[in-house]
Amino acid sequence: MHPIVKLLVQRIALGLLLLLAVSAVIFLGVEALPGDTAQAILGQSATPQALENLRAQLGLSDPPLTRYFNWLGGILTGDLGKALTNGADIAASIKPRLANTLFLAGCAAVIAVPLAILLGLVAARYAGKWPDKVISGITLSTISLPEFVVGYIVMYIFGVKMGWFSPTAMTFPGMSFWDRLHAVALPVIVLVLVVLAHMMRMTRAAILNVMQSAYIETAELKGVTPMNIIWKHALPNAIAPVVAVVMLNLAYLVVGVVVVEVVFSYNALGQYLVDHVTKRDLPVVQAVGLIFAGVYILLNMLADVIGIIANPRLRHPK
Amino acid sequence: MRIPLSALIGMIFTGGFIFVAIFAHWIAPYPINDPVGGVWEAPSAQFWLGTDTIGRDILSRLIYGAQVTIFVALAASILSFALGTFLGFTAAVSGGWLDQALSRSVDLMMAIPSLIVALVLLSVLPLNLTVLVLVIGILDSTRVFRLSRAVAADIAVMEYVEAAKLRGEKGNWIIFKEILPNALSPLVAEFGLRFIFAVLFISTLSFLGLGIQPPLADWGGMVKENRDGLIYGKTAAMLPAAAIAALAISVNLVADWILTRTSSLKGGRGG
Repeated sequence: MHPIVKLLVQRIALGLLLLLAVSAVIFLGVEALPGDTAQAILGQSATPQALENLRAQLGLSDPPLTRYFNWLGGILTGDLGKALTNGADIAASIKPRLANTLFLAGCAAVIAVPLAILLGLVAARYAGKWPDKVISGITLSTISLPEFVVGYIVMYIFGVKMGWFSPTAMTFPGMSFWDRLHAVALPVIVLVLVVLAHMMRMTRAAILNVMQSAYIETAELKGVTPMNIIWKHALPNAIAPVVAVVMLNLAYLVVGVVVVEVVFSYNALGQYLVDHVTKRDLPVVQAVGLIFAGVYILLNMLADVIGIIANPRLRHPK
Repeated sequence: MRIPLSALIGMIFTGGFIFVAIFAHWIAPYPINDPVGGVWEAPSAQFWLGTDTIGRDILSRLIYGAQVTIFVALAASILSFALGTFLGFTAAVSGGWLDQALSRSVDLMMAIPSLIVALVLLSVLPLNLTVLVLVIGILDSTRVFRLSRAVAADIAVMEYVEAAKLRGEKGNWIIFKEILPNALSPLVAEFGLRFIFAVLFISTLSFLGLGIQPPLADWGGMVKENRDGLIYGKTAAMLPAAAIAALAISVNLVADWILTRTSSLKGGRGG
């Protein structure tokens, strides 16, 4: 077997194993904490008999391991169970919200990734000069702010003062693509600002790291222009770390999305999760938590896979 | 030793915030939860920063909010540090199965975003200060663990540690007397960053309604309760958000300076 295939298989197997372990933590770990689901539904005044009946009905009297495998089997077949609070089918509630979340995160990624790489290249080209200092200064200040603060600043400037966009991101079924895009403009701007800084700084660092190599000096001595050196010599060699950073930030978007959705009252998966944490609706929280964790693990795995494929030293072993 | 201007500004502001947090009861002009004026009054001589959505003095709430925010963040970062460095050093010194077990559990915890883990935990646990400090501290200790394990692994192969082992010193001696003093400077800078992380984390949780509960107030919760004011154009609603940002940036400036100083001490390229 080609060594690269072996590495890839190993990495993917590790990712799946991790996913399984995470599902066990989300289910069994939470079981181990103090708290009683039946009590949570019926309230403090419930009679012991009523509690017993409800436990039997929800299957809570089975041993935890049995319930874990039932839960896992249900998830693999697309059955996420029913919400405790209103008895709604969780899978049906998640589907449109997941689409909304992916739309928001997707829009942010499409803008943030090329912009971050471009800014990173410019900052690396003019390292230590004013364009680098301006870009680094602005991105450094957005790094120190939590998402919801950036959210309110953007909302205040563009939503309230300028009035360009609605301060809340209302979407409804049957909206046209452009209307939808206009509605999510503010949350997209916030997410772009939040991930841009980190991605741009890492791109800059990766390029500058490669710029110290001997072959870059050779290119300089040959008289290649600085932008061409970066474009033709530095970028191809820096691509693996850059891709890894991009993927990590996309994974980070998945988390940032939770807060930003709440800021702009955007009806999507993050808002749904937070609502049901407040209501202590454990089955919903476990299902949505697993989805977020799954996407995060998947993107991290993808980052490693692309890193392996993009690394010329691994592709052409001696 | 010349302290750069940015670090000096950071220190003054950080010190100011801590002073306000400690002496909140003496500084705050009004009680925390009493409506003392009209709704959304503009800043005046009586209410320096105006009043909030139910007529409470914003300045007083900001001052008490500083106390809660900084106390929770500090407690959580101290917990994460104590736990993270102890386990990290132990893993690096003992190696073998203990190291493997600790490192793999940390990998597992870091495979899920902290916010998601916190949300899942808080859907079951009661919401009070102890639980919040424990959740944030334990989740954050994973990062401290990785750093301190890496730092200690570098130190553990030094001759003086070998010498201590050969003369028969026990694990605790090696951790506290040999490794800790030499690992201190990178860890101090990291402490600043962990503190900021804890501030942002508790603020985010409170903003989501899952952190500090009334009658206590913290900055993240204040952003949440005043969000409607913002839509009507009341700038005062931005003040708690600005306070979070100011604290985060000033601690960052100090931590940045310590980081460059320690890396130049170690003979690295620094800057």
